[in-house]
Amino acid sequence: MLSRTANELFWMARHIERAENTARLLDVTYRTSLLPYQMLEPGLAWAEPWAVPLVAAGLATPFYTKHPQLAAEDVLRYMIFDSDNPSSIFSCLRLARESARTVRGAITSEMYEDLNSAWLEMRTKDFDRLQSYGVQEFLDWVKMRSHLFRGVTFGTMLRDEAYHFIRLGTHIERADNTARILDTKYHILLPSAADVGGAVDYYQWASLLQSVSGLEAYRKIYSDVISPRRVAELLVLRADMPRSLSSCMNLIHETLKVLCDERSRELARMGGELHAHLHYGRTEDIIRQGLHEYLMDFVDRVSALADEITRRFLAPTY
Amino acid sequence: MPPLPYDEMRTPDGDVRPHYQAFADWLARTPPERIAQKREEAERAFHRVGITFAVYGEDSGTERLIPFDLVPRIIPADEWETLERGLIQRVRALNAFLHDIYHEHRILAAGVVPEDRVLGNTQYRAEMQGVDVVGGIYAHIAGVDIVRAGEGEWYVLEDNLRVPSGVSYMLENRKMMMRLFPELFATQSIRPVQHYPDVLLENLRAVAPAGEDRPTVAVLTPGPYNSAYFEHAFLAQQMGVELVEGQDLFVRDHTVYMKTTRGPQRVHVIYRRVDDDFLDPLAFRADSSLGVPGLLSAYRAGRVTLANAIGTGVADDKSIYPYVPDMVRYYLGEEPILNNVPTFKLYKPEEREHVLENLADLVVKEVHGAGGYGMLIGPLATKAEREEFRARILATPDKYIAQPTLALSTCPTLVAAGVAPRHIDLRPYVLSGSTVDVVPGGLTRVALAEGSLVVNSSQGGGTKDTWVVAP
Repeated sequence: MLSRTANELFWMARHIERAENTARLLDVTYRTSLLPYQMLEPGLAWAEPWAVPLVAAGLATPFYTKHPQLAAEDVLRYMIFDSDNPSSIFSCLRLARESARTVRGAITSEMYEDLNSAWLEMRTKDFDRLQSYGVQEFLDWVKMRSHLFRGVTFGTMLRDEAYHFIRLGTHIERADNTARILDTKYHILLPSAADVGGAVDYYQWASLLQSVSGLEAYRKIYSDVISPRRVAELLVLRADMPRSLSSCMNLIHETLKVLCDERSRELARMGGELHAHLHYGRTEDIIRQGLHEYLMDFVDRVSALADEITRRFLAPTY
Repeated sequence: MPPLPYDEMRTPDGDVRPHYQAFADWLARTPPERIAQKREEAERAFHRVGITFAVYGEDSGTERLIPFDLVPRIIPADEWETLERGLIQRVRALNAFLHDIYHEHRILAAGVVPEDRVLGNTQYRAEMQGVDVVGGIYAHIAGVDIVRAGEGEWYVLEDNLRVPSGVSYMLENRKMMMRLFPELFATQSIRPVQHYPDVLLENLRAVAPAGEDRPTVAVLTPGPYNSAYFEHAFLAQQMGVELVEGQDLFVRDHTVYMKTTRGPQRVHVIYRRVDDDFLDPLAFRADSSLGVPGLLSAYRAGRVTLANAIGTGVADDKSIYPYVPDMVRYYLGEEPILNNVPTFKLYKPEEREHVLENLADLVVKEVHGAGGYGMLIGPLATKAEREEFRARILATPDKYIAQPTLALSTCPTLVAAGVAPRHIDLRPYVLSGSTVDVVPGGLTRVALAEGSLVVNSSQGGGTKDTWVVAP
C-alpha cells in the first residue's frame, strides 16, 4: 500500500476516534459540572470543571488566547464548532472526511458514504440549535456516528493492510484519549478533603466511568461501590474492557505483528514493550507511582510509538 | 431558419420511435409526483456517494453535483453497431497517425496532411520522435464526441486523445438507473456497461513493458483538488490498483517506483490523468509539482508505459481534425464509416473569406480551446461578439476553424415545467490495447438550458444514462 494512503487512513481513523472521545470528554465535564465542586483558589480558572477538557486535550493555551474568560459556553463552542481548533469535533469530522475523500479507493464506498453524510450533517448544526436540542443529545449523536463508522468498517472492509492501518489509528488515538479522560479526575477537586470517598467523589468517578461506557461494566465485574483503585484497574489493566489502555495495546500489538517486517524491528520492539508494560502491570504499582504520573508517562510513550509508525510506514524517506 | 433538430424519442409526425416505446409507456403511466420522488432520490444518493466535480475558477475545493437527468438516451442496437465499427476504425487510424508522425512521417511526405500543421503544432512533442511505445498504441483511452444532426445523421465533433474524462458518470449513471428503474431493465435488453473497468485494466496490462507477467498498474492523479479527482479515485478503485500522486512516485535507474509501506515497489503502467506539461518537471514545466522527476527518461527507456502516451494532443487538435477521414483512407485503405463535420480551415484564404462572409451561420472554434470555451456560435451571438471574432480571426487565422451550426439532436429531459426537449451529444469511450473495445453507449451530455448547444459540465450541462437497446 502507498505510504501516503496508509497515512490518510491512519489519520482518518484517529480523527473519528478523537471526535468521539472529545464528545466523551465533554460529556464527563457536563455531568461533573452539575455536581458541587471547589475552586482551588477563587478566580483560578483552570481548577473549574470546564477547564478540565481543555487541559486534558492539551488545548488550554490556544483556548485562553482566544477567550480570556472561562465560560462553559465558550468551551463547548471551542471544542465542538471552532474550525481554528484542529481537535474540535467539527475539525475532526472535516479532516476525517477529507482523508476518506483522498483515499476513497482504499476504503469501501459504504465507509466513504458514512463519513460524507456525517460531515454533511455536522455542517447543518450550529451552537444555537445545539442549545435548544440539548448538548448531551448532540454528544450522543457524535458517539453514534463514530460507532456507525466503526461498524461499517468492521462489516464491509477487506482485512487487508488498509484495515490494519485504520485499526492502528483508532487504537493509538483511543489509548491516548482514554488516558487523558481518566486523568481528568486528577484535575477536578472535591469540595473539601473530607469529601474523599464521599458522595461527590463517588459521583465524579461514576460520571467518569459513564463517559467511557464503563459504569455498567464496573458494576458487572465488581458488584461493589466505586473505588478509585478499581476504576484504575478497569480502565488501565483490564484487557476485556474495550476502551482500556490494556485492550488498546493488545490490538496495537497484534496489528503491529501483522504489519512489521524485518525493516521495522524497532517499531515492533517498542510496541511489544508497551504492551508488556500493561499486560504485566499491577494496580498497586500504578497507585504507588501515582495514577496521574503513570498516565502521563503512558501518553508520552504512545506518542513516541505513533512517531515511529510514521517514520516506518506513513512518511518514509528514500 | 435552421433545420429542426432530430428528436431522439419521436418522429417528426409525433410517433414514438420503436426503441423508446417501453420508456415512453412508463413515462405516460407514471404520475409526476412519483417521477419527482425518483429524481430527489437520485440527487440524495449522488450527494451521499459524493459524485461531485470541482469547478475551475471557483474557490478551491468547491464541489458541485453534475445534474443527472432521469430520461435515458436510447440508441437502437443496429445503429450502435455502425457507430462502434466507425469508432474502432477511427481510433485505429489515429493511433497509426501518431506512430507515423513520431517515426517515418510517411503521411507528411505523401502530402496527405500538411507538414507544418503537424511539426509546427504546439502539441507536437519532439521528445517522442523515434520513441517506440508498446504495440504502437498512443491513445489507449479515447473519448470521441459524436453528435446527431437534423436528418438523424451522426458526426464526429472531436477526438479526445489526451486525458478524456467522464466515464465515471457513465458508470454511476447506469448504477443509479438500475436502482431507480429496475423494472425497465428487467423488461428490455439494455446492453451492460459495467465491465468498463475490467476492459480498461486488461488493456493497460496488455501494454506493459515486455517481460512482466503481472505488471503493476497505477492511476496518476493531480490530486484531490483536480476537477476530475472523483473519477480518478473511482477508476483506481474499480480496477483495484493504486491511485498515486506525483509525490508517491520516484525514478531510480530509469525505473519508476512507488513509495509503499513495504518499501519501494516498481510500477510498469501508469494510467496518467495529468497533462503532458506537468508529467516531469525535468523535461517539461519545471514548476510542476504534480509530476515525477525523471519520468520521461524512464519512459523513453521503455521501462514504463504511459497511457495515454506523451504527445497525443497533436492528433486531437482541431487543426488536424479535418484530416482524420484522410488518415482512415491512408492507413487503413478503407472509407471512413463516421463523418466529420465539414470544417473550414481559416489559414486558407478562400475558406477564410467564405467564413467571414457567413459568420452569422457558423460556429467558430479556437484550435486549442476546450470545454466549450473560446467559441462563437454565430446564430446565437450578438453583432458585437461576431465583430470581435472577425477581428480575432483576421489577426491569427491559424488559431481558428469554422463549422456549420449543427442542429444537435434533442432528447426529452426533465425540466421545471415537466418534460421538454434539450440538446445532447454522446461521448463513447474507445479502449485500445491488445484489442480495440468500446463499451455499448457512453456518456450522454445534455445542455439543460432551453435552446443551449453547450453541453459541457463546466457550463451548466448535465448527463444522462445511455442505453443501447436490442430489438
